[in-house]
Order: sequence, then C-alpha cells, then structure tokens
Amino acid sequence: MDEATLTSSLLYLDGVAVSFDGYKALRGLSLTLAPGEMRAIIGPNGAGKTTMMDVITGKTRPDEGVVFFGGNQDLTQLDEAAIAELGIGRKFQKPTVFESHTVEDNILLALKAPRSARATLFGKPAPDTAERIDRILATTKLTDHRARMAADLSHGQKQWLEIGMLLAQDPKLLLVDEPVAGMTDAETMQTAELLREIARDHSVVVVEHDMDFVRELGVKVTVLHEGAVLAEGPLDQVSAEPQVIEVYLGR
Amino acid sequence: MLTRRLLSLLDLRAAIAVAVLLSAAVLVPILLLATPQNFPLHMPPYVVALLGKYLCYAILAVALDLVWGYCGILSLGHGAFFALGGYAMGMYLMRQIGTRGVYANPILPDFMVFLNWKALPVTWWGFDWFPYAMLMVLLAPGVLAFAFGYLAFRSRVTGVYLSIITQAMTYALLLAFFRNDMGFGGNNGLTDFKDILGFNVQSDETRAALFSVSALALIVAILIGRYLVTSKFGKVLIAIRDAESRTRFIGYRVENYKLAVFTLSAMMAGVAGALYVPQVGIINPSEFSPAQSIEAVIWVAVGGRGTLVGAALGAVLVNFAKTWFTGALPEYWLFALGLLFILVTLFLPKGILGLIDHMKRRTAPASIDGDVQNGATAAR
Repeated sequence: MDEATLTSSLLYLDGVAVSFDGYKALRGLSLTLAPGEMRAIIGPNGAGKTTMMDVITGKTRPDEGVVFFGGNQDLTQLDEAAIAELGIGRKFQKPTVFESHTVEDNILLALKAPRSARATLFGKPAPDTAERIDRILATTKLTDHRARMAADLSHGQKQWLEIGMLLAQDPKLLLVDEPVAGMTDAETMQTAELLREIARDHSVVVVEHDMDFVRELGVKVTVLHEGAVLAEGPLDQVSAEPQVIEVYLGR
Repeated sequence: MLTRRLLSLLDLRAAIAVAVLLSAAVLVPILLLATPQNFPLHMPPYVVALLGKYLCYAILAVALDLVWGYCGILSLGHGAFFALGGYAMGMYLMRQIGTRGVYANPILPDFMVFLNWKALPVTWWGFDWFPYAMLMVLLAPGVLAFAFGYLAFRSRVTGVYLSIITQAMTYALLLAFFRNDMGFGGNNGLTDFKDILGFNVQSDETRAALFSVSALALIVAILIGRYLVTSKFGKVLIAIRDAESRTRFIGYRVENYKLAVFTLSAMMAGVAGALYVPQVGIINPSEFSPAQSIEAVIWVAVGGRGTLVGAALGAVLVNFAKTWFTGALPEYWLFALGLLFILVTLFLPKGILGLIDHMKRRTAPASIDGDVQNGATAAR
C-alpha cells in the first residue's frame, strides 16, 4: 500500500471483510475518498452498502481489513461517539430524529459542542449557538417549523431535519443512506440540490437506489456487489459496463 | 441569577405541587398537634403516618420517572434501591435501641443475640452515628446502581432485557436478605424502633416532623428532577429515549448518561426508603419483592410518565386507593390494580396529567399554531 494515498485520502478502506454468522456481508471491500469529494454508492440489495456505513461509523467491527480516516485515525479501534467526535456524521435510511423534541432542539442537540454529561448539565451554551441554529434551519428550509415537534413533520421534512442535524455536527465527512427513499419527485430534486450545496464544503458519501437521483448529483459512482467493489467511475461509464448490467438486470 | 434559574424550574404544575406540599408540611403538623381530638379536621397520628408513607412512595415514583419517563429505562427493580435506603435507616434505628431490647444487649440488636452472635458484623459498624447512616442511605443504593448500570449499559442491554435483569436483581436481594446469616434480621427484618435522633419514633411530635421532612424531601426531589430535565442533559435523556442509536451517532456516550441518571435516581429512591422506615416502623425483605417494584411502575404510568409531578400524584392516588381497597374489599385489590394498569395503558397512555392536557386542548377555542397559520394565510 502506498503511503501517500493513505495520508492524502480522507477515507481509506482496504480489504475490509465482515461476516455475520457465516454470511459474508463484506468481502475485501476497498475504497478511498478524497477530501472534499462527493461519492455515490450504488448496488443491489445485500451488496453491503449499509454494512459499509456500519463499519465506518463504528457500529460494526470488521473481521479483517483497515479503515483509516483523515490519513491516521484507525476507525476500527473507536466507538460510535468517538468517531462522531472525529467528524463523521451519519444519516440513516429511515429518518431518525428526536420525535418529542422541537425542530430547534433537534438541531441544538446535534450542534457541535461538548458532549459529556457534565458539560450538558452544568455548562453554558456557546454565544453563537442561536446564530448557528438559525443558519442551519435556513439551509434546510425549516425556519418556519422551528417550534414544531419533529414528530409532526412530513416525511421529507424529517429527512431534511436529519440532514440539518448532520450539518450541525459540522462533520468532515457525511454518510447519507438512501436520502430520497419515499420522497416525492419534487422533494427528491430539492434534496439533490441540498446535498450538492452541502458538498461544497464537506465530503459526502451517498448510498442510493434511485438512478435519477444519482444522475442528478452528477458525481463519481462506486458500484458494490456481494461485498466488494464491482466498478467505479462516472455513472454513464459504469452503467455501460457488462458486469454492472448483469448484476442490475439479472441473467 | 440563581433565583431566576430556580423559578424557571417551576412550571405551573411544579409550582402547584410545591405549594400544596409546603402547605401540607405546615398544616398537617398543626392539625395533628394543635387541634383538639373533637375538632372536625383533627388528624389522628395514624393518618399522618399514612400520608407520610404516601409521600415516600411519591419520592420513589419521581425517581423512577426520571429513568423511565425521560430516559426510557424501564427499571422493574427500583424497589431494591428504596429498600436498601430503608435498611440503612433501619440499622441506625436498631442501634439506637441499646439496652431497651428484650435481651438488653447494649451493642447487639436482639436478633443477633438470639442467633448467638458475639460481635457486631462489619456491615453494622458506624450505624449508631446518624451522619454515617445517612451517608449509607445514599451510598448503598448509589453504589449498587452504579455497578449494575456500569455493566448493563456498557453491554448495551436495553428494553425488556434490561427490565428483566432489574427484576432479577431485586429478587436476588430479596433472597439474600431473607437469610439470617446475612445479618440483616432475616425474615423478620428490622423493627421495634425506639428513638430517632433522641426523639421517640412513636410520639406525635416525631410523626409530625417526619411527615414535614418527607414533604420537603419530595419538593427537593421534584426540583432536582426539574433541574435535570430542563437542562440540556435532560434533552439528551429524551433523545436517548426517542432514538438511542441516533444519539450515539451524533456523538453522545449514551451509557454515561444512562449511568448518571440511573445512579442519581437510585439514591433518590434510597432517601425515600429511609424516610419510609421510621414512619411505618419496620423494614423487612418483602420490600425487595419484584411486585413492589412493578407497583411503583404502575403509579408512574397512572400519574403520567415523563411529568415528575404526575408520577408523585399517581403514587399518592394509587396508594390511597390501595388503602381504601385493602380495608373495604381486601380480596379485590390486586384485580383492581391489574385492571387499572390495563385501562391506563389502553386509554390513558400519558396518564392523568396527559388526560388533563388533552381536555385543555379540546376546550381551548383554537390552538395557537392554528391561529398563526390562519393569520399568515390571511396576510398573504
């Protein structure tokens, strides 16, 4: 392995293998992501997309392989909270927001600030807290809904709130799992716009099924199949490759 | 600054609860001590002791509500922390008996003399000194909760599995405290108390004082609870309840939060137990029985979980009903309790306070959101 790639890439996965009770979810997955890059990951069900996210965020420990973040942080040795503090934010497939908190409090909880119990119990909020919350609400078009309970939001609004929470964490890398599942066409296009905006100053990995949405993003695509990378490149190029067509359309 | 923070803790409900409790702390002693027996509002000592007992249960309910209502940890073993606090107080009270016991041993409590023990076991050392006993009231449940929580929350035991092991914990303690060689009075527990801080436990004045202290302790419990849940810490607790893994992925160490609130809650339950024992005059292993802990969960559910004041209200109401039932229709109490739990779960998921909220919203002419939205459309 080349030392220079290892240090210059923001995210570096090499030979990652994970199995659950004999089922090999990932078999030798290798992937690198440059700082500032936005990448779309596609692949059929069971290709290992969600498991890959679990490995990066510390939910699942790989059986084999290395996972480095920022060139020198070994993610396989850290737990979820530590990885979040390093600057990796994750959006789930199903929108998961804090339903009995207001939209504003959801952002407040995600906002970059000391996370210890002592700090949240006795600490004072940073002076620019309100301003940062306002900015994120504006980006995610939720300013008019700030005082509503998150549970009362529409499905699309919950997805945006969750993306807003990720922004509030101010991560270096955002992992976004199927952000447009269940969205209307208009919401899908708005989400693509929102992600492109975010990608201007963050690195983003988007896992998605929806080809129109991936095309709308217009970024480099990685195709996963059976726990390993099948193809990589611009969408038009990879979708022309015979083995990708075979995997997607079946034999 | 401090007063402002204090005032912010008192929403309408907490303010009402504090006002009621403060008046009770003053009025009940007056009605007991300073009114003649034939005065219509005169309170006999047994009623005062009964009300004091309800208040102790209310403190236990507030403690349970902190972990269950706010953090989603359904502890079915909080009775264990209550009982440990009770035993710590009971041990102090036993040591105060001195030579007035049946065997007149100045050091050893009667049951130890009866078991032919020659010296005081280490576990009993220091309990003749009130401050040490009070420290143990906090430490015994606190250390147990910390050790239990450390293991359970680190291993990420949640939901029904956690509930089951809390039941196992209290059941294990029940069996342990039943044993004579544990040195805590076995089956019979600790009783026949004489003095507390030099005052006769049975006297009306002491009963009045214990009642007032219980009322004040409940106020403090509610205020501590309000302080926690209105801080950012409290918002994190609710976040854990709503979406635990999301909370982890935004960088909070969920296990530390759970451990902190669980330990604090256990110590609160211990204080409740310590105030309970001198008022009922006995502590025995039955306080550890799993059914006691489950009953406490029902109080919280009836009053409204996640409301603190509701939990206290639920404890008082359900226990009042229990007192009435066990007097009038003793065989039917458990059926009534079971029915109550089913009805509350089905029809009042947010308890009595939730019902009050619901009725308020229905009687209000139009919701505030509605008005704002209509106004906005009109303006457009």
